[in-house]
Amino acid sequence: MKQIKKKILFGEYVSGVGLKKALSKKPDEVVEEVKKSGLRGRGGAGFPTGLKWEFALKEKGDEKYVICNADEGEPGTFKDRKLLMEQPEKVIEGLTIAGYAIGAKQGYIYLRGEYIYILPTLEKTIEQLKKENLLGKNILDSGFDFDIEIRLGAGAYVCGEEFALIESMNGYRGEPRNKPPFPTQKGFRDKPTVVNNVETLCFIPYILSKGAEWFKSFGTEGSTGTKLFSISGDIEHPGVYELELGVTLNEVLELVGARNPKAVQVGGASGICVAKKDFDKPISFQGLPPGGSIIVFGENRDMLKVLKNFLEFFVEESCGQCTPCREGNYRLLEGVEMLEKGECSVRYVRELLTLCDVMKTSSKCGLGQTSPNCFLSILENFKDEIIYR
Amino acid sequence: MASIDICSKQELTTILERFKPQRDNLLPILNEINKKFGYISPVAMMEIAEYLDIPVAEIHGVISFYHFLSTEKKGKYIIRLCKTISCEMAGKEKIARMLEKELGIKFGETTSDGMFSLEYTNCIGMCDHGPAMLVNEKVYAKLTPEKVIEIVDELKKRGQL
Repeated sequence: MKQIKKKILFGEYVSGVGLKKALSKKPDEVVEEVKKSGLRGRGGAGFPTGLKWEFALKEKGDEKYVICNADEGEPGTFKDRKLLMEQPEKVIEGLTIAGYAIGAKQGYIYLRGEYIYILPTLEKTIEQLKKENLLGKNILDSGFDFDIEIRLGAGAYVCGEEFALIESMNGYRGEPRNKPPFPTQKGFRDKPTVVNNVETLCFIPYILSKGAEWFKSFGTEGSTGTKLFSISGDIEHPGVYELELGVTLNEVLELVGARNPKAVQVGGASGICVAKKDFDKPISFQGLPPGGSIIVFGENRDMLKVLKNFLEFFVEESCGQCTPCREGNYRLLEGVEMLEKGECSVRYVRELLTLCDVMKTSSKCGLGQTSPNCFLSILENFKDEIIYR
Repeated sequence: MASIDICSKQELTTILERFKPQRDNLLPILNEINKKFGYISPVAMMEIAEYLDIPVAEIHGVISFYHFLSTEKKGKYIIRLCKTISCEMAGKEKIARMLEKELGIKFGETTSDGMFSLEYTNCIGMCDHGPAMLVNEKVYAKLTPEKVIEIVDELKKRGQL
């Protein structure tokens, strides 16, 4: 049996080693190492981290920014909470290396308002690292200056989308923008900006200190490294697990003590709901969505209620800017309420399925493009429960 | 009433002067004022508008975008119970009913003594310890009806001090 419990983030770590190694290299060599590692963004979208850094590095100008996206809002996700609470120095080291790599002197942590109780921990860590000369002026006598400021969100799921996050930091409504220009071209204060997820940044010190080849020995070819999984629902041991990418859902379910599961939501509310027939599939960028949120539903759960909960979430969290998302989610929820009352014809269900396609292809950002996934996958896998009830 | 207005205006100025008058300081300013006064009043909006040189309507637009910012006065303690799926499955409903009974208000309301506001919130990242809720800046997890009674009693005692 494949070993699924090999650890990186929950393994050994010495503060400052990765940073020291990074500072001994040229910025483009740091970017190259991250590119070689195959690390992809751990926030859900999976964009290659090294490539993002390279775009920002190549932009001209002295004023650039790096932002740690700590706006973890996907239902069922809580791994960043654990990292920020228990390993804040790792997050900050990763952000500092990112700053050095692209040529930024200022970094930000955008912390969701719901996590305000983590703020003192982060502030204390920043002070401590400054004392150790791992942050602030002339870091480790390298001549590199880097400072970090924390910005608080105020309750808005969509601000986890990188452009919405930047708009929010710029002092506007947190609404996604059309791309291009990408944040690496025009981001915070209209300057080149890299936005990385908390977990993504935590891998950076390891990749620098132990090398890209070592990192690639974890996971699969197209999905290198390990991943933190936030696992909740009808299981014996809810919590955060570090597993190699490519792990099958069955292996995960066994590990957490799933109680007779009939369905699993993989990748959060915006992910997909899978039934037993797909439990043997791997979780990776090529398989089931690797966002990290896994919610297990036991035999007695009413999947229509589950679907309703997800759609209520999307109706509330849609920023309302583009019509397919604002109206679409509302119509899907209305349809579910009709199904609940037994007033929805199959003909109308078919219309709603067409609407899902429209939302996926014409919504402006990831929210509207992925919110129909729960409707589509639950309807497909649980027809008996939903349509023929 | 006049004296209260002057007082709060002074406090507003104190908060504003801690920030450079830049547009990208809007959200930090709004967060601070919302925390200090429990909401962002029309007077506050006008002061911010003048300080940052942006239209009041835009400021209102930004406030209305975020769940945690308010243009109406909220209670001293804002209780936000998570209603997303994992907390829902862990027994959120019982907690909700207990909170309503103990506080004597429904969700979306504020007690007449201005002590408590009761609201629902979306996922707060406590899915492994549900049901969970936030009270201002503090998080309470693995809630049971008994725990709710204790927490509300404790807050009532603290609120009277």
